Amino acid sequence: MHLFLAGMAVSADHIRDKLTKELAAVHVDVEDTSQNRCATSFKVLVVSPQFEGKPLLQRHRMVNTCLAEEMKEIHAFEQKTLTPEQWEKQKQQ
Amino acid sequence: MNSLIRTTARCLRSGAAVCVSRPAHGRVWSASARLLCSAADFQKDLGEMVKKDKVVVFMKGTPAQPMCGFSNAVVQILRMHGVDNYASYNVLEDQELREGVKVFSNWPTIPQVYFNGEFVGGCDILLQMHQNGDLVEELKKLGVRSALLDTEKEAK
Repeated sequence: MHLFLAGMAVSADHIRDKLTKELAAVHVDVEDTSQNRCATSFKVLVVSPQFEGKPLLQRHRMVNTCLAEEMKEIHAFEQKTLTPEQWEKQKQQ
Repeated sequence: MNSLIRTTARCLRSGAAVCVSRPAHGRVWSASARLLCSAADFQKDLGEMVKKDKVVVFMKGTPAQPMCGFSNAVVQILRMHGVDNYASYNVLEDQELREGVKVFSNWPTIPQVYFNGEFVGGCDILLQMHQNGDLVEELKKLGVRSALLDTEKEAK
């Protein structure tokens, strides 16, 4: 099944699914921040063991690559990338 | 908001034009001159632009007047660390720059930060580096002493 994104609004669910599938994420939060920015905008938290040992820039590039098609429609994008260990620590704070 | 007014006043008092968005190569590029250059030339120009200064920021607006919350965040973070002498390029003034830098960095959004010609990331990354102490370290590698080190000393 081929998804045509042109002319189709990118949804939070779609983003969540894609990130979960392609980055083997154990947890994904997607917040649609479009009303803050007056245009299609998202804020995501991705927790994945695939981020282990990778510097921030590399992690963010992994997310960007995963959402390369969607990025064409997205105006603003914020992301936080954590390993499962980092996420556990953060939850305890 | 108050801190923004304070720091803007500081810029004016010093009389130094440190926060002015500079055109590439220090020359004024007119729109027609830009059209004559190929996209490949422009990528080469960007390669030079990011190496010319230790800290380079591609942003929306200027450090004195950011036009986007994310760009403003980058400006504020650099300011907190006492980094005032950086090159900033306003992508809102130049559509080719706005698109060209995304291709150059292989990064979809603005702002974009470069240290010593190397891409650091956008606002998220800079903020996390600021929060976890990495930014102070990276600035040290550039030969820039973060102002936060001095404020810590004063507090002790």
